[in-house]
Amino acid sequence: MAKDELKSGYKLIGTRPNRPDGLDKVTGRARYGADFSLPGMLHAAVVRSPHAHARIKNIDVSKALALDGVKAVVTRADLPTGLSGEDLNLQDNTLAGDRVLYDGHAVAAVAATSALLAKDAARLIAVEYEILPHVTDVDAAMAPGAPVIREGVADYSVPEGMHPNVARYMAFGHGDLEAGLAAADIVREHTYKTEATHQGYIEPHACVGQMGEDGRGEMWVCTQGHWYIRRMCAAVLGIEAANLRVTPSEIGGGFGGKTTIFIEPLALALSKKAGGRPVKLVMTRSEVLRATGPTASASMDVKLGMKRDGTITAGQVFFRMQGGAFVGMSPIGEALPCAFACYDIPALKHEAVEVIANRPKAAAYRAPGSPMAAFAVESLVDEMCRELGLDPIEVRLKNGAKNGSRSSYGPDYTVIGLQETLEAAKAHPNYKVPLGPNQGRGVASGFWFNHGGETSVSLAVGEDGTATVSIGTPDIGGSRASIGLMVAEFLGIPYENVRVSVVETGALGVNEPTHGSRATFASGKAAVEAARQAVAEMCRRAAADWGIDPDAVEWKDGAAHPAGPNAGKFPPMSIGEIGAKMGSTGGPISGHHEVTAEGVGASFGTHVVDVEVDPETGRTTVLRYLVVQDAGTAIHPAYVEGQYQGGAVQGIGWALNEEYVYGADGRLQNPVFLDYRVPVASDLPMIDTVIVEVPNPGHPYGVRGVGETGITPPLPAIAAAVAGATGARIRSLPLSPPKVLAAIKAAKG
Amino acid sequence: MTKIHVTTTVNGDPAEFLADPRETLLDALRDQLGLTGTKEGCGTGDCGACSVIVDGVLVCSCLMLAAEAEGKTVETIEGMAGEELHPLQRQFIEHAALQCGFCTPGILVAAKALLERNPDPTDTEIRYWLAGNLCRCTGYDKIIRAVQDAAAEMRGAA
Repeated sequence: MAKDELKSGYKLIGTRPNRPDGLDKVTGRARYGADFSLPGMLHAAVVRSPHAHARIKNIDVSKALALDGVKAVVTRADLPTGLSGEDLNLQDNTLAGDRVLYDGHAVAAVAATSALLAKDAARLIAVEYEILPHVTDVDAAMAPGAPVIREGVADYSVPEGMHPNVARYMAFGHGDLEAGLAAADIVREHTYKTEATHQGYIEPHACVGQMGEDGRGEMWVCTQGHWYIRRMCAAVLGIEAANLRVTPSEIGGGFGGKTTIFIEPLALALSKKAGGRPVKLVMTRSEVLRATGPTASASMDVKLGMKRDGTITAGQVFFRMQGGAFVGMSPIGEALPCAFACYDIPALKHEAVEVIANRPKAAAYRAPGSPMAAFAVESLVDEMCRELGLDPIEVRLKNGAKNGSRSSYGPDYTVIGLQETLEAAKAHPNYKVPLGPNQGRGVASGFWFNHGGETSVSLAVGEDGTATVSIGTPDIGGSRASIGLMVAEFLGIPYENVRVSVVETGALGVNEPTHGSRATFASGKAAVEAARQAVAEMCRRAAADWGIDPDAVEWKDGAAHPAGPNAGKFPPMSIGEIGAKMGSTGGPISGHHEVTAEGVGASFGTHVVDVEVDPETGRTTVLRYLVVQDAGTAIHPAYVEGQYQGGAVQGIGWALNEEYVYGADGRLQNPVFLDYRVPVASDLPMIDTVIVEVPNPGHPYGVRGVGETGITPPLPAIAAAVAGATGARIRSLPLSPPKVLAAIKAAKG
Repeated sequence: MTKIHVTTTVNGDPAEFLADPRETLLDALRDQLGLTGTKEGCGTGDCGACSVIVDGVLVCSCLMLAAEAEGKTVETIEGMAGEELHPLQRQFIEHAALQCGFCTPGILVAAKALLERNPDPTDTEIRYWLAGNLCRCTGYDKIIRAVQDAAAEMRGAA
């Protein structure tokens, strides 16, 4: 186990041990959502709308039910009524009511004795539709004359005169905008657009549900948050949360998209109708792309004032975002605060509207809202730097947020590492490589808040001096390893002696999902507190054995020691010795901590990318890519790098390839991986990383959370690099070859 | 529908099962033989999560019918390790070349097929060989490095 060069003095934190689930995952033994089966299990399939917007006139299930082996069908008529707010949204998305609202909207589900039979039966369910006018583009959805998707969605915040598809309006800011703009040497204003993209986790949603006629049930499911699954399924089905026990499987990627429900209530409802037989429901890839978690699409106006020396005097944004046909799903509430979070600007005005459109219900995707906002603001900053001949890193150093700065969205930053990431990027060899013909360099910074959230963790000392830790945040990218490292560091025992497990809903208090980059921060913080309790008890046991005051015992290197010469002369009592006899010294020793975790430390990063654009085809090749990000403390640096690299590549995909393409009929045109093209290995270079460590004072080991910021800078950085390579500034994503080629031709006149 | 009796060899062991004529090899491996290490990510041959080796050829098992496995030899992720891990498996763990791990079995099977043909591939050769295996977590960087180090180890150069 190689020790990284850290100045911290930690023994284990900062090392790169093998992850505990590694062996299972390289041998095929790890069990994901679709890998679980039960005796007597049925298989289910879902009937989905082929229309973007239609009234359901009739659903005839008789032919499906007549098929031998078909055991149950559910439609909306089988779900309880009377829900409101987000619960109603969830129910409406689980199964359509009187109208389907997007291509792929679920209409019915069927369970049968085999998966092939269930698919046959789904084809026999006849749905009669009356097609209604639809709209899928965010700007078109709020234009005069656009079809009204749902009546009465606008809340109190929406100004009069806006289209009925506008559901929410937000505004905030500070300073004197007009004075700020007047003080600038140049003022520039542009509109930027990003298309919806999908999280693109390789594992489709999958679950096994079982529920008896008493409304008690169990579920095994791939999810980022099984307490969310429990609460949401209970709400949609009208049962009590305590009657549903949910066990998470290993999860094949989530990126935010597995923090909510899609098919899970259907498996339970079908099971109940089929006499309590367990039901497995697995989505196809096409279902995943048509009916789960895309991001919002966005149309964004940005205005900036800048002095000739690069000082930004004022900024203004107006964002329009659609998050599908359901209110509350577009991330305007995150996009606006992220827009200028990297800057300290004296006058800012933020406005945004949420618009509904005939698209699937958006779900969170890695730093929701931040990549779009970064594309708009960082692109314009870059355009103005180029116009004034200024270095983009110097301009960000000059205007960037610092320790104690008031953030653009209100609170003061405490200790942050943006400036450190900029300095590290400036000093990196990648920033000095000479560029050739048709090559360009782009720089951008990015931000994510990070999150604490509801967290409950237990720790138990074993009879052999090992420790088992039970956490409630599913491990997507190595968090069992990082939490194990922190607990081992605290207890002073080997990493291999700590086993961290993700446990089911019956075993802990409510845990929020693994979202907001919170697992290593919040579960790690709670695990350390649980370990602290166990250490206090172990010190008491030692004190009792030695006949001294517990306050005279201290814990170090995995053992209780007399605190000083006055405490008495006793040989250290190890965790193994204490564990071995705990049954006769007072019983099991454990620790437990639950909290809505506070002390979150914001995360900043700066990326530098070089691209080459083929002037004949418009194809962009990423030549080299650098991610610099503040981790606070990198508990397991290899998995921190992995988050940086993975986030950057998702951003590269968003910038260059990925988009939801809707036809004039409102149907998704590219619901397969061949056409929804995520980056493949041959598209990419190595992704260079620099881990900046400005410890977060709100965490015992300085953790900030590293998952999300990395997806934000690639969008503007790549657009800037393409502009550098071609002279053509493209203000809408993706930078697909035809679009780049057209822009090159237009720029040449 | 009449089922088809299929006799095949999977990871060196004789295996037989009754296949629906529409059933894919992937579904037969997972549902009939209990070999759930092979994953379905797309069902259309675009993601490579279902990669297996049939008679020495790397295939997407979601694009092959189970009945086509009659008389053939199938190798899956479950057959990759002996008493010890294959160097690729060990290097993937040591390089942190997996995050969620869902694409990992398919990538390991595909990488093994590469190294059997080309024991000393360049980075570019690895990237193009693995272009049919999607990974959404890692950005591929650590995967490429793990394959290189496994190749070096297998050549005895490590």
